[in-house]
This record gives sequence, C-alpha cells and structure tokens, in this order.
Amino acid sequence: MRYIEPHGHMVSRTTDDYKAMAIAGCKAICEPAFWAGYDRSSADGFYDYFRQLTEYEPRRAAMFGLEHYCWMCINPKESEDIKLADDVLAIIPEFIKKGNVLGIGEIGLNKNSRNEITVLEKHVNLAAELNQLILVHTPHLEDKLKGTRLIVDLIKNDSRIDPGRVIIDHVEEHTIKIVKDAGMWAGMTLYPESKCSPNRAIDMLEVFGSDNIWMNAACDWGPSDPLAVPKTMQEMKRRGHTEELIDKVAFRNPASFMSQSPKFTLKVD
Amino acid sequence: MTKQKILDLYFMDARFKLTEIAAFLDRVDRAEGEEDFRIAAFREALKALDGGDPERAKNVLLSFSDPTTEPIPAATTKAACGANPVATVS
Repeated sequence: MRYIEPHGHMVSRTTDDYKAMAIAGCKAICEPAFWAGYDRSSADGFYDYFRQLTEYEPRRAAMFGLEHYCWMCINPKESEDIKLADDVLAIIPEFIKKGNVLGIGEIGLNKNSRNEITVLEKHVNLAAELNQLILVHTPHLEDKLKGTRLIVDLIKNDSRIDPGRVIIDHVEEHTIKIVKDAGMWAGMTLYPESKCSPNRAIDMLEVFGSDNIWMNAACDWGPSDPLAVPKTMQEMKRRGHTEELIDKVAFRNPASFMSQSPKFTLKVD
Repeated sequence: MTKQKILDLYFMDARFKLTEIAAFLDRVDRAEGEEDFRIAAFREALKALDGGDPERAKNVLLSFSDPTTEPIPAATTKAACGANPVATVS
C-alpha cells in the first residue's frame, strides 16, 4: 500500500511517527501552517515557524525517504488580530518562493467572525495574486455548517480563483455536498473523537464517489492518529473495495490535486 | 456489499456504541445539578436516528449546527462545544 498524508502537522509529532508512517507506506507529507496551541505574539514567531516548515521538517522527513511539502498562512484562530495578520501576510511572499511550498493554507474560519472573514479575504487575494493553490480549514463542530457556507460563497465570488485549485478540508456528512457542488476538492479528516471516523469517511466515498476527494490524519498535537489513513485503507479492504480504488483515494487523488503546483514532484507511477 | 456483510462487520461495534449512549444518558439523569443546552441538543439529535431517513448522520450533525448565516461580530473564544447554545434552548 502506498499513500500520501496530505494534511499532517508534523511539527507536533515525534520522529518515531515519521518512521511509522514510512513503514506504513507513506510517500509524502504535506503540512499546512496552523495554530501552535497558543497565540504567537508577533510576526517574528511566524517567521521562525515558516523556517521550520521550509527548512527543518523537510530534512526530518527525508531521513525516512519521505518527501515533505507545506503551505503558508496565518490560521483563522489567530485572525481576530488584523494587525498581526497583516504583518504575517507581508512575510508570506518570501516563503512562497521556497521549493517545498505548495500554496496558501490552511486558511478559513474558526468562529465565523467578521475579522476572520476579513483575513480570509486577504489570503484569497494573495493566492490569486501569486497564482497559488488554496487549502481551507473549516470550523469545528457546531460552527462547521455555517463556516463552510461562508467560505465557499466567499471563494466562489472571487472570479480569479479556479474552484478546482481549492481543497476544502474537514468535510463531514452535512458539508460535503456544499463543497462538491461548488466544484472544489473535499478533504476528510480522520480523528478519533471529532470530525470523521474511518468508517464514516468510507461511507462518504460510497455515497458521494471517489473523485476530487482525499483523506488525511491531521497528525496534530491533539488527539489524532498519524496512521489513520493506512488504517482507513485497511478498512476499505475489509469492505471489499478494490486496490485500485484505495490507491486512487489515498495516493493518486492527493497527488493529482497537488500536482497542480509545479513544485510537487512526487512520482505517481 | 450485502446487509448481512455490513451486520457481520459492524453490528457488535454499533451495539457497543449504542449501549455507551444509553449509559451516558443514565449517568446524566443520576447526576445532581442543572442540565444545559448540550444535553437538550443531544436528545434532539437522537430523534434523527428514528425512522427511515437514509441521511441520519447528516441530520444528527445538522441538529447540532448553528443555523444562522451572518458572521458574528467578534470571536470571544477559540473553542467549539459541540452544540449550538441558541438553537437548542427551549
């Protein structure tokens, strides 16, 4: 089995996790910028974090033969502070030029506030100006439905953005159709307690089809299982899905989306 | 996949989880003090399991969701609690 972890926050994982993922068949990890669990006090904190994503993590992944890619942004949990967001947005173009940066993400909304929307608009504008792929985080739990609608409407209203170059992550049963109907890619995040279980992810594949969709483990510092993708692949086997379909969802689909960036150079076949 | 195969694969797991939910409701009933909007939302969501609608998971999630469409003025917390405080107060 081969797979791509298309949304893994490896800065919060141990080197043992890299090793376990490589043994399980992982070929590449893609790491969106995210919240550190605390609010950073200035753009300098983000500068160092972006260096970690573009310099240090690729070396750590390479120790196990894994390719490492990443995304740049200030996440929605720190978007209430517009001044901080502007300062961070100003340094992103410097990092977009780095060899392993695929685009802008994970942007989006958290509590669906006005300032979060303002910062989301600024990120979408930056992605349009720099012709970058977009990876979007949708809010948690009771805020997800409203946030997904606001995000999809905002991006659809920007005619410069091709929906096929946007992935809306963390979809669940009540939001996946909104995303797919908008022509955007959908990401399913496999969590032990919230978001989506392996079985529900497979249910959604069976109901909504396997085109333009990926699954990821998030691999963050909260309750999450860095091997959730290969475990879901195993569950797909138990349900009788073909090796071809499993390979499509776990490997070829994320490769197809990210290959829209010329920097994604992982060999597919 | 046949219904029989689904039952073979998942019945025991679903039975276990259903019993966990029943025990959770019993635990809440036994406890002292006031309930809040979360358990009201939970009881409302349970209704989505009844009947033949084939979108039960979607309907459970919808029943926990904030149904409004306008952005809030400002985020006063980063966390979500799992149920919409406004929609489920009766």
